[in-house]
Amino acid sequence: MANVISDETIEYVGILSKLKLDDAQKEQAKKDLEEMLDYIDQLGELDTDGVEPMSHVHPVSNRFREDVVTNGDEREKILKNAPEERDGAFVVPRTFD
Amino acid sequence: MSREYETVIGLEVHVELATKTKIFCGCSTQFGGEVNSHTCPVCTGMPGSLPVLNKQVVEYAIAVGLATNCDITRHGKFDRKNYFYPDNPQNYQISQLYLPICRNGYVEIETEKGGKKKVGIHEIHMEEDAGKLIHDEWGEVSLVDYNRSGVPLIEIVSEPDMRSAEEVIAYLEKLRMFIQYLGASDCKLQEGSMRADVNLSVRPVGSDKFGTRTEMKNLNSFTAITHAIENERERQIDIIEAGGSVIQETRRFDDNKGESYAMRSKEDAQDYRYFPDPDLIPLDVSQEWIDKIKSEQPEFRPEKMERYKEEYGIPEYDIGIITDNKRMADIFEAATAICGQPKKVSNWLMVETLRLLKEKNMDAVDIRYSPEHLAALIDLVEKKVINSSVAKEVFEKMFDDDTDPVKYVEEKGLKQETDSGAIKAICEQVIADNPQSVADYKAGKEKAIGFLVGQTMKAAKGKADPGTVNALLKELLS
Repeated sequence: MANVISDETIEYVGILSKLKLDDAQKEQAKKDLEEMLDYIDQLGELDTDGVEPMSHVHPVSNRFREDVVTNGDEREKILKNAPEERDGAFVVPRTFD
Repeated sequence: MSREYETVIGLEVHVELATKTKIFCGCSTQFGGEVNSHTCPVCTGMPGSLPVLNKQVVEYAIAVGLATNCDITRHGKFDRKNYFYPDNPQNYQISQLYLPICRNGYVEIETEKGGKKKVGIHEIHMEEDAGKLIHDEWGEVSLVDYNRSGVPLIEIVSEPDMRSAEEVIAYLEKLRMFIQYLGASDCKLQEGSMRADVNLSVRPVGSDKFGTRTEMKNLNSFTAITHAIENERERQIDIIEAGGSVIQETRRFDDNKGESYAMRSKEDAQDYRYFPDPDLIPLDVSQEWIDKIKSEQPEFRPEKMERYKEEYGIPEYDIGIITDNKRMADIFEAATAICGQPKKVSNWLMVETLRLLKEKNMDAVDIRYSPEHLAALIDLVEKKVINSSVAKEVFEKMFDDDTDPVKYVEEKGLKQETDSGAIKAICEQVIADNPQSVADYKAGKEKAIGFLVGQTMKAAKGKADPGTVNALLKELLS
């Protein structure tokens, strides 16, 4: 167990992921994260000098769409995905900049 | 103020690209559609939907990069910028952090003292726009329209190379010129298709260390940008002079009040946890592709101005105004090619077009009339089918809805009376009706002829050539 997740870190990760954790859950999450980091540290044993970072697992590139409108107005269907709908808009909790 | 301060400014400029479709889906980017009528599972962030990159977005980004002397990144990719906000249905924005499409460029601007200066471009990256939040004034909710979600943007990040509001405006005008000439965007600040965030700090003159900077948002006109820069410079100097220190923060400028205020700092720090987007395939830009885009670059303003001087022989003042906007320049060239009268075309652009644009609060990119119709109108005047005051009237109609001037003149019966017998009859009548003016003219009052010409034109309902009338009257009175 080389990695230690501090109370501040778990608090911060909670804020970023919009999760409210109780004390028991925090302890469990710390333990899980520490184990994950230890596991990932094993990768550091590999010599990666001169190896380009991989950005994608498949050896393909340049898949494009032409700039042609292919979607029509499917607002009715799309709005079925909204938790709540009003005047054609998605309704969300009151939000300000 | 005991010390002299230097202002250090860098800009982040977002430009909405003029593609027909969004960056990752086949939804239309057209303005003014019904709320959420241009949406699909991709741009509303539905699970399982997959983005596919719009090729035109890459081509516009490369074209802007080439125009601004950037290196084009040969192997690129997209990254996810994670944040929670309801205008962003995926909870991440697809952007480029690690391998932006263009890097290390510059644009040259003219400074106040008549010199030239290079403003460095750190990078240009491609990304998607967010949706629009509509706040319900009395309710407990906000409403979201995702029509703008996924509209392609490029963000042009400058180096902190500018030192005054004038340099910032010169830089923005230069960028706007390149982008409009490329047809990559209409770059309208008011409508948000070009948005500038200003990063500003001050430091004592002679210092080579940067001060703490603030970022200002919500600047939607050159005037607002100038005001915001002057205001923020003073604010920071006041803080430093009072012994305080500037806080790094994002501020929102209120152009009505003429001051900026700190945006509510989010309790959670900004930590976007960027990582490569696994849904998108990497981008390989070949030298052939770059060469092809380069070969399609239009003639930009400086070269155009040079060529106009040699080719058309119109005044430099005219050239400056006409080439300021590509739409004007295009109309000028096409209309001149048809009618062969550069100065006449230029006059219609410089006088009537500018007057109507200003009157109707329009931008030159919105000019609707075709060069063919302008050339036809010039031809009608040239052939004396209509006189210049009727031409103005026809032009106004043409300006509104691109009416064909030949048809319009025909239908409205605006043709000049070319039957000299008929004009002569009117002249004779006017002479008979105005003995006093005739006597004045005969007594040597040259000006009296003007009154008689006016009366004749009026009697002919404007459809006579004033020159012909003048000559005829003189002949009859001699």
